[in-house]
Amino acid sequence: MPFIPHTEEDVAGMLAVIGAGSIDELFDEIPASLAIAGLPAMGAGLSEAQITRLMLDRAAADGRPLCFIGAGAYDHYIPAAVWELATRGEFYSAYTPYQAEASQGTLQLIYEFQSMMAGLTGLDVANASMYDGATAFAEACLMAVRANRKSRSRRVLTTRALSPVFRAVACGMLAGQGIELVELPLAAGRTDTGALAGLSGGDFAALAIQQPGFLGTLEAVDELTDWAHAQGMLVIGVCNPLLLALLEAPGSWGSAGADIACGEGQPLGIPLSSGGPYFGYLTCRQALVRQMPGRIVGRTLDVDGRPGFTLTLQAREQHIRRSRATSNICTNQGLMVTAATIFMSLLGAEGLRRVAAQCHANTRSLVQALTALPGVSLAFGPYCHEAVLRFDRPVAPLLAGLSAAGILGGHDLSADYPELGHALLVCATETRSADDIQAYARTLASLLAHRA
Amino acid sequence: MLPEPVIFEHSRPGRRAPSHAPAAMADLAGLPAAALRRSPPPLPEVSELQVVRHYTRLSQLNFSIDTHFYPLGSCTMKYNPRAANRLAMLPGFLGRHPLGPEEHGQGFLACLYELQEMLKGVTGMTGVSLTPMAGAQGEYAGVAMIRAWHEARGDTARRVIIVPDAAHGTNPATATMCGYEVREIPTDARGDVDLEALRAAVGPDTAGIMLTNPSTLGVFERRIGELAAIVHGAGGLLYYDGANLNAILGRALPATMGFDVVHINLHKTFSTPHGGGGPGAGVVAANARLEPHLPVPIVGLRDGRYAWLTRQERPASIGRLSAFMGNAGILLRAYVYMRMLGAEGMRRVSGHATLNANYLMVRLRGAGFDLAFPQRRASHEFIVTLKGIARETGVTAMDFAKALLDRGFHAPTTYFPLLVPECLLIEPTETESREELDRFIDALVDIRDLARRNAAEVKEAPRTMPVRRLDDVRAAREPDLTWQGRPHPAAR
Repeated sequence: MPFIPHTEEDVAGMLAVIGAGSIDELFDEIPASLAIAGLPAMGAGLSEAQITRLMLDRAAADGRPLCFIGAGAYDHYIPAAVWELATRGEFYSAYTPYQAEASQGTLQLIYEFQSMMAGLTGLDVANASMYDGATAFAEACLMAVRANRKSRSRRVLTTRALSPVFRAVACGMLAGQGIELVELPLAAGRTDTGALAGLSGGDFAALAIQQPGFLGTLEAVDELTDWAHAQGMLVIGVCNPLLLALLEAPGSWGSAGADIACGEGQPLGIPLSSGGPYFGYLTCRQALVRQMPGRIVGRTLDVDGRPGFTLTLQAREQHIRRSRATSNICTNQGLMVTAATIFMSLLGAEGLRRVAAQCHANTRSLVQALTALPGVSLAFGPYCHEAVLRFDRPVAPLLAGLSAAGILGGHDLSADYPELGHALLVCATETRSADDIQAYARTLASLLAHRA
Repeated sequence: MLPEPVIFEHSRPGRRAPSHAPAAMADLAGLPAAALRRSPPPLPEVSELQVVRHYTRLSQLNFSIDTHFYPLGSCTMKYNPRAANRLAMLPGFLGRHPLGPEEHGQGFLACLYELQEMLKGVTGMTGVSLTPMAGAQGEYAGVAMIRAWHEARGDTARRVIIVPDAAHGTNPATATMCGYEVREIPTDARGDVDLEALRAAVGPDTAGIMLTNPSTLGVFERRIGELAAIVHGAGGLLYYDGANLNAILGRALPATMGFDVVHINLHKTFSTPHGGGGPGAGVVAANARLEPHLPVPIVGLRDGRYAWLTRQERPASIGRLSAFMGNAGILLRAYVYMRMLGAEGMRRVSGHATLNANYLMVRLRGAGFDLAFPQRRASHEFIVTLKGIARETGVTAMDFAKALLDRGFHAPTTYFPLLVPECLLIEPTETESREELDRFIDALVDIRDLARRNAAEVKEAPRTMPVRRLDDVRAAREPDLTWQGRPHPAAR
């Protein structure tokens, strides 16, 4: 039987020690009315060779289409060393480092991760990860409401440039605690700073700004940050961490900088993998650290005065504080953080900057190639590594035609942003070549011509 | 093992691993200068070999299932099959964009659909959502569904979630996150929920109860039928914390016990990796009453094609819990494991996990250790209390934990559940051999004997780890949470 080492002799000997006649007898505290004979619907077990064949066939069936979708998950190159190292059994099959002396590898790695994330975001401290970008954003909002001593408001101001799925997840998580998200409108794809005039600070605990916005455009982060601080709000920066090698860190926005930063960690060495597992990151100013949810690792000394690493500030957490904890989070995304830390070490600041810059340049090439076609135009700018294209007809049939040709043409915005008309969000990462872009343009041209 | 410097200490200005980025910096002409970063982020500048050696060496400072017996109670640290990892990381699965069309995901969606069906089978529930990303998020989903059900009936007076005092800390924290008050109820001397206290606690304000069965005390809640009747009779619902599902796999179903909603930790029962603290998967299953409220997306089957069901098809859903659809790669690993086990393998999981736990328990009792619930059968785990030894020698559960590390064993869970003093919660799992269990027993006996001879020596443990006992008070009082370019100022 798979993965069970017991011989018949072992079982008999162990039952004799226990004084039981059979394994089934060990379940004699389960009332007879509840006991079942088994799970016949599960069928027979497969050998490793059989399950391998099945999974190879299924993975192959999904094909390898050429991807121009971004919208929160990005197809970046991941060096071979990243997952070779991250899936070493000593990382892969360890658990939360409760026994610090026997978990120094994981603990030191998390300390290095915290240092890198704090550095990228220009803030003081980071935690050991959240589940994904959406839950990290929701936790950032909860944290801001708890932490803002100047405001008793249970509302957080955000903008229509925030990822629609971040907004959806956060709305659900915040509603349970009676916290509301309020949205600023967009003008030409960016948060409309003209709409700020009617708002005052006492009404909101924080302002959350996504940079670049979900539509790929660059926000007026300095102006928004200074306005929010003047109103007594905290500022939450929602950022793609890879792009932070290129774009100003939230900790340096405006005259005082954002107070909290969060976002989706997937661009840092995590495969697309149909949406997960990814990880969320969360960083903040030192003064807010005791409102931070999740695991945090600190460096300390052992009894001999040698440095070592341990989980710390645990009085914030559910296993100590129970119903008064900052969050219910326990298990987070440790293995993803392992991969991201190795990825950031291999790329370094210069490598990340070059990748980000190449994504920007490739997306510009893509926009140029596609807007040269009749009926396709750029909706607005300036954009970073994604852009919105406007079409003279519905996008869905075009995407279906592209998909049939093995090209994923982008993310249709009609459901989430109907006000934009026939709009498509496109992205060309550093892994898309000039030939890939030409293939997209050629296929789209023929689709447009056929269906004109 | 020599200590390994922090990665930043290997850094030298201008050093790089250049094959991992474009050879030149692309044109930034399209970006406004004001948006650009003024100074580069302080990341290490290291070579590829330095990175590989550094993280290989860090990995070697860890205990893990692959290297050590890891009997961490309530965590189910069983062997993680290599095949599950390799097959979840096939390029076709890894490269798939979450927003890619369903026609480019039929293979992936088939695995998830079948996983949903299998999880209905092991819980007896009628609906499953795979999206929660950890146990605590599965709990959140379950309690949010209970809230949605009460609200849909217009019953808004139910403000209280009942939680036994033995519960995992995530239970009360989850109830708070969902906007509920928490009411704790005690455990009786035999380890069962105190039903009289429960009767007194329920009423028109009861939204539901959160329960683990077998409980965190390592015993099966025998009067679960009566307990369910009390809660349902008061108009509340029952949420099953699946942390201990490994103990009853193929032996009993949460649905027939009377539970309305359940979460399952795939990283426990279905052997997906713990990864040094995640990612997990905390899938939820519900009976017909709560099924409409399951989080989205769910994989549906229409005309022979698999498709995502979202809020459009499921308007009563509590909504999304993740940006996309949860920890997809972890779900694939659980799928591989479950298909490899099959019906017989699943029942053997609970059988041999329970065999190992009861064998360890009986032998430790025979060796003179005190059990928290000596008159009870162990489930897949059990509790030893070291209160007597601590009183006699001053050696505590924490000292035992550290001394076990020196003997090559990860420690059991210590000081949880909170109501048993000086406790070790021991969960061997089914994948350990009798010889390994015997060695573990010998180690505990050896530490106990040493405690009686020379308590001070036990308190010196660990001595063979990369560090000795760490100063947690200093860590919390003088938080040093990020690298500031220098070694610890007080280090010797």
